[in-house]
Amino acid sequence: MANKKYNVKNYLRERFFPHIWCPGCGHGIVLGSLLRAVEELELDPTNTVMTSGIGCSARISGYVNFHSLHTIHGRALAFATGVKLAKPKLNLIVPMGDGDALAIGGNHFIHAARRNIDITAIVMNNKIYGMTGGQFSPLTGYGQKATTAPYSTIDNEFDVVKLSKAAGASFVARSTTFHATESIDFIKRAISHKGFSVVEIFSQCPTHYGRKNKKGDAANMMENYKNSTVPIGSKKLEKDPSLIERGVFVDNDQAPEYCDEYEKIIQVASKGRA
Amino acid sequence: MNNKIKFVQGNEACVEGALYAGVDFFAGYPITPSTEIAELLSKELPKRKGKFIQMEDEIASMAAIIGASLTGNKVMTATSGPGFSLKQEALGYACMAEIPCVIVNVQRGGPSTGNPTHVSQGDVNQARWGTHGDHSIIALTASNHQDVFEMTVEAFNLAETYRTPVILLFDEVIGHMREKIQIPEEGELPVVQRLRTFVQKGVDYHPYLPREDGRLPMSDFGSEHRYNVTGLFHDMWGFPSNNPKVVRELLHHLVDKIENNVDQITRHKEYWLDDAEYILVSYGSSARSAIHLAKNRRERGNKIGVLELQTIWPFPKELIREKCAGARAVIVVEMNMGQVLQQVKCAVDDPASVFLANRIDGELITPTNIKTLLRVIQGKGV
Amino acid sequence: MERSRIVLSGSGGQGVITAAIILSEAAVIYENMNATQSQTYGAAARGGATRSDIILSDSEINFPKVIQPNILVCLTQEAYDSFSEIIRPGGILLVDSKYVETKRKVDAKHISLPMYAKVMEEIGKPIVFNICMLGALIGVSDILKPESVMKVLKTKIPKDFLEMNQKALDLGLKMGKDSIA
Repeated sequence: MANKKYNVKNYLRERFFPHIWCPGCGHGIVLGSLLRAVEELELDPTNTVMTSGIGCSARISGYVNFHSLHTIHGRALAFATGVKLAKPKLNLIVPMGDGDALAIGGNHFIHAARRNIDITAIVMNNKIYGMTGGQFSPLTGYGQKATTAPYSTIDNEFDVVKLSKAAGASFVARSTTFHATESIDFIKRAISHKGFSVVEIFSQCPTHYGRKNKKGDAANMMENYKNSTVPIGSKKLEKDPSLIERGVFVDNDQAPEYCDEYEKIIQVASKGRA
Repeated sequence: MNNKIKFVQGNEACVEGALYAGVDFFAGYPITPSTEIAELLSKELPKRKGKFIQMEDEIASMAAIIGASLTGNKVMTATSGPGFSLKQEALGYACMAEIPCVIVNVQRGGPSTGNPTHVSQGDVNQARWGTHGDHSIIALTASNHQDVFEMTVEAFNLAETYRTPVILLFDEVIGHMREKIQIPEEGELPVVQRLRTFVQKGVDYHPYLPREDGRLPMSDFGSEHRYNVTGLFHDMWGFPSNNPKVVRELLHHLVDKIENNVDQITRHKEYWLDDAEYILVSYGSSARSAIHLAKNRRERGNKIGVLELQTIWPFPKELIREKCAGARAVIVVEMNMGQVLQQVKCAVDDPASVFLANRIDGELITPTNIKTLLRVIQGKGV
Repeated sequence: MERSRIVLSGSGGQGVITAAIILSEAAVIYENMNATQSQTYGAAARGGATRSDIILSDSEINFPKVIQPNILVCLTQEAYDSFSEIIRPGGILLVDSKYVETKRKVDAKHISLPMYAKVMEEIGKPIVFNICMLGALIGVSDILKPESVMKVLKTKIPKDFLEMNQKALDLGLKMGKDSIA
């Protein structure tokens, strides 16, 4: 990344700045990776729609100079499904927070995956509800502290990769803000992929998650991403099974895409067979 | 489809109206007694290159039509009580972001799961105030299938004209009963198309800056102008703002664009009002019983008239006040605990002369039910 | 004809609702009448007493439910027991003799015909029982032309089944006419 010159500012709406994110927040890094992916793909902004829900992550949609649809909490994928099916030529990118994607929006998430509709969901996993001030999310996991878990959480977390895979997503990847270059690659592949694609990116929230759980500052948290994750199938896993795998877990370009399938229905119906 | 006379359920008349108006996109979730609308559109839309999608729930259906509308499609969803409750947050989003869409609510008994296969008109107030915050809304209704067809076309026209969600408040009797409709020829009824911006590429497009006439030309997702759509208070660019002036002006705009045009929006029907001493105010399937009774009593020399509301929201206060001014008594005929009754009482000069003939047990109110109250008011005993 | 108020009743699966739709559609599309048709919903569609209300008229129909039918058809004992007392005095009460034992407590012209038995004997397919019933209904009441029913059927069922339906309609028609001759 260091060697390549990007012009990501071309994709930003400066009118929207300064952004709302706290110092040290990982979301800016995710936005950086996303815009670099978009630039490398030479995506036409006129054919690109960014849809988001509610939360810190959801504000991305306003910052970028695409068609942007900042919706209601949890429902971004349902709005995006309407946009995509109505006009399949559009590229749909949906940045989501962990609560947005998998608590209030969990049903839409699994059903978008099940349909395999050509939308890219980027789950920015900071393990916390940041905008409302640090309540635990379905990705926080057991034994953590949050403002609504003062004694520690007893809720287990989802594994986004396994969940996406089981629900039918045809492209599933995971990375972290420490691995920003890797993230660019995964996002590029996800956007290029025809079908429902999920990229989970661990993104630090030093303000609410980090402080409550004694994870140190943003740099410490990112370093922890480096130390606690390994590429898929790494030998280190044999010694330490608690390490989390990064990489592309699913990449199936044979799965029928929803809008393509609907086009076939139109063909059948036009012949008056139904 | 060549045959223009059809014998259909009200739900099918609604579908015919939507197709006439040019519906491009429908998203829905199965719920009695509106399901036939989804079933029929799943068959008819793909024949016209339109899109039908059965979503995972009611909320998603509402969200999907809003998304589709932003690409330039004419959109609709259909539901009933519990589903209408679930749609409220997204409906408020469509109010705030000013996105044209049509929501059909074929009313059944409530609250909660209630009386799914039986009639009610209990969602009148929910249609007005179901979503949170100040806003205005348009809700239409109909008492026969020809009107179901026409009001459905009108719903699309108003949604496009005022950039607002429009609710079609039908009921189980209207939805499921079959009767005749005649499909008008193309061009016989006006069909309003989306107003799109003429602003050229490279020139600033202000998505939320109303024109002189109050209308807001849109730009489809996928076309040249890229702008931000949000449920937050926003300025003329669509950028979020909590500037008190921006907040105040937007809220006024959202309410005024409808409340200042009540005369243009409102539709009603009158039966024997000219010399009426007793006026029945009704709507939807209840109006059928009101008209039946009035016709019957007229033959016996009673001066009874009917004012049938086809627009429920914005409520036509002035119309009610004017039409009921000379009446000895006004009877509101509806199948709820008096939701339109309260509006009529507020509208007339003498609220004490307004009475309620209602039925809330899941059965269609009968002419006899109304007659019983009428005789008491007339001092004739039961 | 001024106005016919008809109630068709029976149990779910007998084709009562379908028959009601065909009858009223025939009146509207092919005889230039007005009609409303409504029905009870819910579990009745899968067994249990089911009922459909039909009003046929030359003028506009407002209240669409039938309170006192001048024609009542009952295809099960349960339907007969539930609905026989609502008939308009002097009205026609048509029942199937296999399924219904009439009690004659109500003031009506009782007509009990072996519709089901005849259908099974001559055609062998219970699916056209409801069409035979429509034939009998038209035979006793003359509310519309039997050809109008066939015209509707042509738009609704595959060609191969039309002959069987015509036969069922004719069977009913003859039984109905004979019963009032």
